[in-house]
Amino acid sequence: MNFVLIFLIVIFSSSLFFYGKSKTKSISIERNIKLNALPKFYGYYLVLWSSIPALVFLLVWSLFEPVIIKSIIIETAANQGAIFNDKNEANLIYEKIKAIHLGTYFGDIDTILKESAISYSKFLNIFTNSKIVLIFVTIIASVIFSLKKIKNNNKAREDVEKILKGLLFVSSLIAILTTLGIIFSLLFESIKFFSVINIFDYLFGTNWSPQRAFIRDASAITAAEYDELRDAFGFVPLIAGTSFIAFIAMFVAVPIGLFSGIYMAEYASSKMRRISKPIIEILAGIPTVVYGFFAALTVGPFFRQIGESIGLTVSSESALAAGLIMGIMIIPYISSLSDDVINSVPQSLRDGSYAVGATKSETIKQVVIPAALPGIIGSVLLAVSRAIGETMIVVMAAGLAANLTINPLESTTTITTQIVMILVGDQEFDSPKTQSAFALGLTLFVATLILNYIAQRAVKKYREKYD
Amino acid sequence: MTKEQRLKKRHAAEKRFRLYGVTSILVALVFVLILVNNIFSKGSSAFMKTVINVEVFFDPELIEIENGEPEENIREADFYDITIETLLKAYPAKNLDEENELIDLFTTDAEIEIKKAFLENNNLIGKKINLEITASDDIDQLHKGNYPRNLPEDRRRISNFQLKIYDNLLQNNKINKNFNNYFFNNGDSRDPELAGIGGALVGSFYSIIICLLLAFPVAVLASIYLEEFAPKNKITDFIEININNLAAVPSIVYGLLALQILLATIQLPRSTPLVAGITLALMTLPRIIIPCRASLKAVPPSIREGALAVGASKFQSVFHHVVPLSLPGTLSGTIIGLAQALGETAPLILIGMVAFVVDIPSTPIDPSSSLPVQVYLWSESAERGFVEKTSATIMMLLSFLIVMNFIAVYLRQKFEKRWN
Repeated sequence: MNFVLIFLIVIFSSSLFFYGKSKTKSISIERNIKLNALPKFYGYYLVLWSSIPALVFLLVWSLFEPVIIKSIIIETAANQGAIFNDKNEANLIYEKIKAIHLGTYFGDIDTILKESAISYSKFLNIFTNSKIVLIFVTIIASVIFSLKKIKNNNKAREDVEKILKGLLFVSSLIAILTTLGIIFSLLFESIKFFSVINIFDYLFGTNWSPQRAFIRDASAITAAEYDELRDAFGFVPLIAGTSFIAFIAMFVAVPIGLFSGIYMAEYASSKMRRISKPIIEILAGIPTVVYGFFAALTVGPFFRQIGESIGLTVSSESALAAGLIMGIMIIPYISSLSDDVINSVPQSLRDGSYAVGATKSETIKQVVIPAALPGIIGSVLLAVSRAIGETMIVVMAAGLAANLTINPLESTTTITTQIVMILVGDQEFDSPKTQSAFALGLTLFVATLILNYIAQRAVKKYREKYD
Repeated sequence: MTKEQRLKKRHAAEKRFRLYGVTSILVALVFVLILVNNIFSKGSSAFMKTVINVEVFFDPELIEIENGEPEENIREADFYDITIETLLKAYPAKNLDEENELIDLFTTDAEIEIKKAFLENNNLIGKKINLEITASDDIDQLHKGNYPRNLPEDRRRISNFQLKIYDNLLQNNKINKNFNNYFFNNGDSRDPELAGIGGALVGSFYSIIICLLLAFPVAVLASIYLEEFAPKNKITDFIEININNLAAVPSIVYGLLALQILLATIQLPRSTPLVAGITLALMTLPRIIIPCRASLKAVPPSIREGALAVGASKFQSVFHHVVPLSLPGTLSGTIIGLAQALGETAPLILIGMVAFVVDIPSTPIDPSSSLPVQVYLWSESAERGFVEKTSATIMMLLSFLIVMNFIAVYLRQKFEKRWN
């Protein structure tokens, strides 16, 4: 339906282009006046005015229509005597009503459902009809308005450019909207979560076992249940596991990435650079699920075999395997950023060092790296934020149980793994378990935001120093 | 320590330092090799499947249809008896257990394959044909050498009797390898020999197209605004900071966003390429805006000034001159962004694309899987046959990524103008 409407609007408004163009031409001949813009701009003016208001109207309408219809239907069903205790049951009944309307429901249909389905299709009809009428009115109004402007020989090019500039501005606002969307969707559920679980119990609890939190009604919890709950959502094991794996990853990635960055920037011939740099960057382009597969099916069992042969018990889902592979994945982030940073250290610093007799490596160690340090630290911080936000490798290779350990051969879990584990498959909204995933997401979002902010500040400061 | 000794020591340090650098680069390169080699050696066998040659006799007594019946009747007809009869003829079995073991050598879809052969040539009643029937996963893996046969019987999935049949069939040249059309045409399945990436391919395709349609225009318009029109003020600064931060937000957070806004609030259908496309578009948007802005910035101001000097408006100078010149960079940035989106898994898992979907989606609002999610799903399965399927899926995914990146590099090198 909507697609047909959009198609019609687009066809109609683009046909107006030719009308506007010829109309203004004839006006200029009739009245013998000079037009304020080329005729085609009058065409564009009509096109924009006839399509944008209608399309915006359609968009807003389609966003709100389902929500409004749903609340009306649920209310009328409740008035007729349908009983539902919470939102989930209401949703279920609404889905049933919709299915009856579409003829795809084959269960028992009682009178309430039947009546609701009839009123549902009635409302759907009303809404669709009024949508079409209102769109029609919008188009007529905007076309009349723009035609009047054209006939008065407006400055069409400037007006068209103003509208387009508005469009450009709106597109750039989508970034802000996305951020707001993220913040609100995370906050919304997190606030519900923290209204049940004390934030300090969350931040300092040492036990994470959300599967214990099977509670039917989150709004009325008994004291015993609450004690159980408090103990189920302790964040400490997760942040410990996350930092531990990130630490292993950085232990691998920082030396390798930094040394290859230094070598690329200072030693490598341009030919070697041309070949090896893209190959290293392949590592950044490989999807993380591929690394996860490799870590889980090849590296993990390989470590276990080695462990067995020297008499160690290695879990097949070890922090070591996940951290090592994550480190490999991160190498290119560190190497290419530190390569850039080192390249922008001014040559005069190096020349000064050579002039007093230092070797190349001494120059690098004592002059170039100290000068580039803020930038290098920035790149490492960016890599850390990538490591703690990385999901697939740890989901597939690091294990699910939250145990507080610093033994790299045991399995540990991370924030991202837990989010996936909680939200995969069927979830009940409005249970503390589901909400806890959003609280974890919020924690993750804030942590990466802070790391990125510091890193970007460091890199920017550094760039300004030598620009 | 004399001067010479000290100098020697310093030169040794210099050499060591260089060695560290070379070693690091080599480590990274070797890892790329190991990874690619590992995936390819595991996955390349999945493109072939093992088939067993059997003789099918379309016994008029076992089939209720006659030659030349309309197609619907054949499709509805029962070919079960014929199938069992055919499979049992492959090797003499003494009792019911042995018969079951014999039938287990073939795929569970054997009946469908026989029916298909019948459909292709409608008047086979009473005739005998030779047909190649797909082998079960266990035989497939055994034949490809992925499955050790020298384990004790209770630790093998294949019994001694089945091994005997296999050897016998092999001796009589009844076992062949064919191109695995199921792998490309089928959707997901619990049986590895029938599982394919057809559904995931279509799902990924729809998701990426939706992502492109949403992200590309918005990203280009936004970067044109920020680079060419935006006044230097707080709002512009705020937008810029936002974009830079969004590019670094972990992808799983976009999954949470989609779950809350697209699924819970707007109530778009779960597990569909539509939702996946929108989610990926939101995620890719800042990653496209950044290279787009860089390529706009690379167009020298003289181009703009030249256009303005001959009387073009600001808009005309931007849209007629700057944007076309920045197009190669813009396009290659977009393709690289899309390549990242194609490999993205975590947000898609959260929006329910992990559902077990057998059918190949025909529209973007049908439930579906996607290539990386299929990799995740299969890698969790215990059956050995899924290991090679997973690796082969990764090979497909990687080859798409390589092609996309190659196009991006080509576009930039071929069409981008250098200004100095």
